Amino acid sequence: MSDVKTILLCAVGGQGAILTSNILTDGLLKAGFDVKMSEVHGMAQRGGSVTTQIRYGKKVHSALLGNGQADIGVAFERMEAVRYTSLMKPGARFIVNDFRLTPMSVAVGAAEYPENAIAAVSAVFDTVVVPAADIATEVGNVRTMNLVLLGALLKELGLADNPDVDWEEVIASAVPEKLRDVNIKAFRAGVGF
Amino acid sequence: MKKMMTGNEALARGFYEAGGRFASAYPGTPSTEILENLPQYRDSIYCEWAPNEKVAYEAAYGASIAGVRSLVTMKHVGLNVAADPLFTAAYNGVTGGFVMAVADDPSIHSSQNEQDSRHYAKSSKIAMLEPSDSAECKKFMAEAMHISETFDTPVMIRVTTRICHSKSAVETGERADVPWKVYKPDIPKYVATPANATKHRQKVEQRLIDLEKYSNESPLNFAEMGGTDVGVVCASVSRPYAKEVFGEDASYFNVGMSWPMPIESIRAFAAKVKTLYVIEELDPFMEVAIKAAGIDCIGKAKIPPMGELNPQVINGALFGVQPDFKTVDAVAAPRPPVLCAGCSHRGFFYTIAKNNKDGKYVICGDIGCYTLACNPPFNTIETCVCMGGGFSVAAGMAKVFELEGDDRIVFGVLGDSTYMHNGIVGAIEIAYNNSRVIPCVVDNSTTGMTGHQDHPGTGRTLMGDTANIISIEGTLKSVGFEKVFTVDPQDLAAMQAALDGAVAAIKAGERSAIVARRPCVLVKTRKFERGLCEVDADKCVGCKLCTKVGCPAIAMSGKKAQIDITLCVGCTVCAQVCPADAITTVEV
Repeated sequence: MSDVKTILLCAVGGQGAILTSNILTDGLLKAGFDVKMSEVHGMAQRGGSVTTQIRYGKKVHSALLGNGQADIGVAFERMEAVRYTSLMKPGARFIVNDFRLTPMSVAVGAAEYPENAIAAVSAVFDTVVVPAADIATEVGNVRTMNLVLLGALLKELGLADNPDVDWEEVIASAVPEKLRDVNIKAFRAGVGF
Repeated sequence: MKKMMTGNEALARGFYEAGGRFASAYPGTPSTEILENLPQYRDSIYCEWAPNEKVAYEAAYGASIAGVRSLVTMKHVGLNVAADPLFTAAYNGVTGGFVMAVADDPSIHSSQNEQDSRHYAKSSKIAMLEPSDSAECKKFMAEAMHISETFDTPVMIRVTTRICHSKSAVETGERADVPWKVYKPDIPKYVATPANATKHRQKVEQRLIDLEKYSNESPLNFAEMGGTDVGVVCASVSRPYAKEVFGEDASYFNVGMSWPMPIESIRAFAAKVKTLYVIEELDPFMEVAIKAAGIDCIGKAKIPPMGELNPQVINGALFGVQPDFKTVDAVAAPRPPVLCAGCSHRGFFYTIAKNNKDGKYVICGDIGCYTLACNPPFNTIETCVCMGGGFSVAAGMAKVFELEGDDRIVFGVLGDSTYMHNGIVGAIEIAYNNSRVIPCVVDNSTTGMTGHQDHPGTGRTLMGDTANIISIEGTLKSVGFEKVFTVDPQDLAAMQAALDGAVAAIKAGERSAIVARRPCVLVKTRKFERGLCEVDADKCVGCKLCTKVGCPAIAMSGKKAQIDITLCVGCTVCAQVCPADAITTVEV
């Protein structure tokens, strides 16, 4: 089981984390890995905190693990990185989107947004901060932040140029046709970051 | 071909490959996507959304009686609704194979309780299978059909959120050719009179004995021998968890058919190992059966009886192993799900909350996105029990206020899909017993929370055909609500007028109702032009009134309101409440 890697995606509902994990798992299967992915959906609302866990390797038993187990994490929003640090292996790589979404609890004054989120995560984890909103805006659509982050993740995992999987083809089959080009551009920008 | 599939997709694929012909369901997380994945096989399978789980169960059972392999799916609480036909179908038996796929929700991710539906298989005396991953979901569907037809019984496939919504690789195959068993009447079998039921009652007991023998011999239940110090009996999603925890040194007894329990096989397995663990989520279902057979084991004395398990929970509970993880010097603010930016319910709940600061209204809610209006800043939903309960709970509360001489007005609030589910019966209760309740249907023209399924009010079927639209106003009027106020809740002035009108009517002794209709902003089939609102910081007076509409796109940035452009859809509810006209619609 030592070859099994665990990826944690944490995001806010509506940011495209589930689409991202679908692309990721389809590609990992094409690359010849055993893959399991765990997510919880069903609350269609946007704005809630969501996570998915993807595990891949030669043979994967459990789709789900507990604290201190993720080899690499991607936070689609910076405070979400803070929320899920306990799931990460000590010292693990954490890709954090420098993007902020104020939750209702903060908007109504019931809680405070941790202004030091990135500094606090960086102090403990091997953190890569990605300005995904800026990059996505530059390629033409701020809502393609998820593909920027996917590109950055695959580069970190050394899988972006795996010969067995054409990631752009996987992306093309997963997104609506009219958004295909902008999503692929966002992905490339993420790999190049 | 190997494909990544969720458990739900695999169950649908399994039904197709097993020669299934008819499937019915009411959507319910985490079971919904089983039926959603069937229209792709429309050349072979008829599938439908039923108004509720009882109706779905009966329709699918009717299809079995008529001679084809049929499927009904539901979440755990849906099985409570469908329990009535279940217990009698268990007596009458089947003609075509009949499978009910029931999805439990340990950890209550998206439900109103955490029940262990395995008890239903036991108490209705039918067979139950529990797949542990997507590949088994597909395989077990065919096996369930076989058991159903061989033993003349409904078969339950019990899954959980983690099975339904986790993806793993599945090898797909060809569809089996299962010919129609041409229907012939069989009155003693299918008419549940006391005389017939008494005869079936005895058959059911014999069937249980036969099924237990099958369970003991079935390859669905199998031992994997490693070392003999530790043996683990496990089922469902606990099987991969147990393997992560105990590794290759332990021996495993994998339970795929968990009712009737393969007790003799487990007895033989237990005799080979020194310590026997039983790892299962929720209740000690297997453990009780194993202990009742006089086999010593360690289970719920250590393993938590609530919430999802995972390898770490098991390791911690059994061996006190604590994970190594780091905390950081920051605290994340809570981020529970909220009504979306542009949610069509927002205007309704904002208006109710604004008018109810003194508590003169009591608001009974129901199951749906709108339940979230119980949270700040609305705090308007005061009860939520079960599907369709919003109107009937309101009816009971209103009678108490009447008996005790209290003049508070009670509102029952539920959604359009919930109204069709059985909220409509609550409307009849209010009208028949003359309760002082204003029933309100917050109609977003879809089954919202489960991910946008059609229902009898939308005009479309699961297979994409045009359907007869059951009118909410028409049915309310026909059961006795004289004044039905239909309103677009996003227009706050109109919403206020509708509320005033309904309250004035009920005070005048008339029966009134509100239908607050605007389609869900996320419905894909809707032609929706996304807009954008913007705050003019110079005009913003920092009064925070706009944050009272509870929109995730709006927050204070310092002393000024700010709108997030990735979330805002330009619904203008915030602009309508702004006293300084600081929020305007901008071109996108």
